[in-house]
Amino acid sequence: LGCGAPGIYTPFVFQDTQEKDKTIPPERAEEAKLKAKYPNLGQKPGGSDFLMKRLQKGQKYFDSGDYNMAKAKMKNKQLPSAGPDKNLVTGDHIPTPQDLPQRKSSLVTSKLAG
Amino acid sequence: NKTQSHSRGEYNVYSTFQSHEPEFDYLKSLEIEEKINKIRWLPQKNAAQFLLSTNDKTIKLWKISERDKRPEGYNLKEEDGRYRDPTTVTTLRVPVFRPMDLMVEASPRRIFANAHTYHINSISINSDYETYLSADDLRINLWHLEITDRSFNIVDIKPANMEELTEVITAAEFHPNSCSTFVYSSSKGTIRLCDMRASALCDRHSKLFEEPEDPSNRSFFSEIISSISDVKFSHSGRYMMTRDYLSVKIWDLNMENRPVETYQVHEYLRSKLCSLYENDCIFDKFECCWNGSDIVMTGSYNNFFRMFDRNTKRDITLEASRENNKPRTVLKPRKVCASGKRKKDEISVDSLDFNKKILHTAWHPKENIIAVATTNNLYIFQDKMN
Repeated sequence: LGCGAPGIYTPFVFQDTQEKDKTIPPERAEEAKLKAKYPNLGQKPGGSDFLMKRLQKGQKYFDSGDYNMAKAKMKNKQLPSAGPDKNLVTGDHIPTPQDLPQRKSSLVTSKLAG
Repeated sequence: NKTQSHSRGEYNVYSTFQSHEPEFDYLKSLEIEEKINKIRWLPQKNAAQFLLSTNDKTIKLWKISERDKRPEGYNLKEEDGRYRDPTTVTTLRVPVFRPMDLMVEASPRRIFANAHTYHINSISINSDYETYLSADDLRINLWHLEITDRSFNIVDIKPANMEELTEVITAAEFHPNSCSTFVYSSSKGTIRLCDMRASALCDRHSKLFEEPEDPSNRSFFSEIISSISDVKFSHSGRYMMTRDYLSVKIWDLNMENRPVETYQVHEYLRSKLCSLYENDCIFDKFECCWNGSDIVMTGSYNNFFRMFDRNTKRDITLEASRENNKPRTVLKPRKVCASGKRKKDEISVDSLDFNKKILHTAWHPKENIIAVATTNNLYIFQDKMN
């Protein structure tokens, strides 16, 4: 091998459990990436908070009083289109069935680099 | 306007109708989307077609019928429908049916409403052809097709304290032959088989299908990707197929502790789960379908869809796109390169378009014709041997 007399050099061997399995399972590597980005992420994704969010996914709230008033006004004048914050529900900016805001969240182009 | 030409396999739109409208739930101040979640055909009993369609809250039974002749020659009515003055009628004639341009009419026959607190994810017609089930995140109801003001709750997994909620129902289906048997899948990757003869409320399963998990592989994503997005019985009813985020599993109803076969749909995505979680793609709900009991099909990203042959163990990846496939040419198999050197004609994982997802596919019940839905288009492919 050319590094000196064979048999003399005795390296320390640290008991490293990861040494045995050099490749970290891809899922764990991905998990580490996610936790690095979002340190406050809860431990259990299947927990009730997560599921509760899932049960309510996509629900949009509206105010029936404002909605009916806006509908009445619409007959007479052109309403301005919904303001910059589409979730803000007040007065003239209530969505009507005809112009409900886009429900599909705009999917971010995949950032799958590395 | 049916202008089909069977030998050339061209298709035309048969009928278009608005099934559901957007609604507002005033009591809860919620908007109810008109988006259709599921459609199921009823077995055909006469000339008309019947189907059930559902949005988040309401199921509707539609009758689709053809009309290709109309009566002409009334005595008291003009052809345009206006009534004639009886004093001007001097002769009598017998009205006759004359051919007319084909008209396809869709009319709502039943509306099954107000039975679901949560979003309906599945409907399934029973083999008795009289009843059907509808499932939302926490409950499953049984309906009679003729009765709209009553339904029976047959599964309720809502905990008394919502803080204890650990899983939700993701799909449900009746057995194709046994009218008292149905299955439902969960967000934790389990399937429960229930028998309605056992009790009125089927909260206790007759069988629980679950593959034991390797604890060393457990990660934050494990439960999310194990969530079953679709469950389908084979035509014989001996097997059932489940689709989770990365794979398709075939289960033998006689064996609960593991699937008999597992097929990887897009295993290369396992090392991209972090990004897929961030862009919400990890929650995409893919469906799957059978060709009899031998071939299964499911969709993926980049407008790819996959087929697995259970007998030969061969699989193929095809693409539904107009740019890459001229009409009436044989589809070229596609291949994704997970890592390393990309061969010519392969596409690398990082080039996949995750906005182009194929969630819905269907196989013709009798012939080798498939329907594949991309975001904006419906593709119909048929076997070149046809």
